[in-house]
Amino acid sequence: MLNSTEAIYQGIKSAGIDFIVSVPCINLKELLIKIDKDEEIIHIPVTREEEGLGICAGAYLAGKKIAILMQNSGLGNSINALTSLYELYSFPLVMIISHRGTEGEPIIGQVPMGNVTSDLFSILNISCKQIKTPDEAKEIVGNSWNLSTELKKPIAILADINYW
Amino acid sequence: MKRYDAINEISKYISDELVIANIGFPSRELYEIKDRNKNFYMLGSMGLASSIGLGLALSQDKKVIVLDGDGSILMNLGSLVTIANQQLKNFILIALDNGAYGSTGNQETYCKKTNLLEIAKSTGFKNVYNYNDIDFKTILSQNIEEPIFIHYKIKPGNADVGIIDLSPEEIKSRFMKSI
Repeated sequence: MLNSTEAIYQGIKSAGIDFIVSVPCINLKELLIKIDKDEEIIHIPVTREEEGLGICAGAYLAGKKIAILMQNSGLGNSINALTSLYELYSFPLVMIISHRGTEGEPIIGQVPMGNVTSDLFSILNISCKQIKTPDEAKEIVGNSWNLSTELKKPIAILADINYW
Repeated sequence: MKRYDAINEISKYISDELVIANIGFPSRELYEIKDRNKNFYMLGSMGLASSIGLGLALSQDKKVIVLDGDGSILMNLGSLVTIANQQLKNFILIALDNGAYGSTGNQETYCKKTNLLEIAKSTGFKNVYNYNDIDFKTILSQNIEEPIFIHYKIKPGNADVGIIDLSPEEIKSRFMKSI
């Protein structure tokens, strides 16, 4: 059986994603190591999610298939880029997000943003899918780039605490 | 010298390079001075011009020039850190520093006192220049191994230029086709 990290990684590979920016989360730790080792993927750690979305947009202009790995707490830092850059220019983007502040969260500071994450995507009119099992993750991530380019907008994939 | 004259001066030497232009008057002034398919006018997302330029430089070989502003760089200072940590042979960031938020009424920025060139140096940029001390044409033609930061001190003020009458879709698609 696939483990949670390997499932997302295989999805990324079958989607053809070749340019990833990241802000770390403990739940993304193993995935970040795999991506960093993958010579077919340009991986750029960034200082802030909004900056990462700018970098991805530039890479897309040059033909890359782009994704961001981040924690949902960074969604607040991303909203102007998602609207004034991605919506304005109809850029695609795959957002793979560790959704903290959900059931079982040990850190109280994660809870307020955890509670509003899905609603924020809804108000941004960005498709946001929860992945529950590795098999489901592999399929959803695998289809993500095609779906995002079809929709001409970013899509979000949320992996909550219980996924890992 | 104000921004319009600075962009006019820089434009004389631009040929095949990809240019990312900052939000507001910098984009509008460049559009009037030298519109071309290889210009990307960033119409929103203040602060992200240097980031867009970085992603572009990492993903293809043509030289990338970012025309950024002091207020915008202050909004995304982390970008300087990320750029300085990449091995880039094709990236030039020009900080058009007029010490003011030019597109919103010329309110002063902290760059009246804070020196962007010193900030760039401290983030790890090795190639850091004052525009007035260099021959930009020579810099542009050099083979480089590290990103370049150019500080261009200018006076505040906007030229009397119109808006950009291209849709975001047009700006994007003609730019992508030109690469």
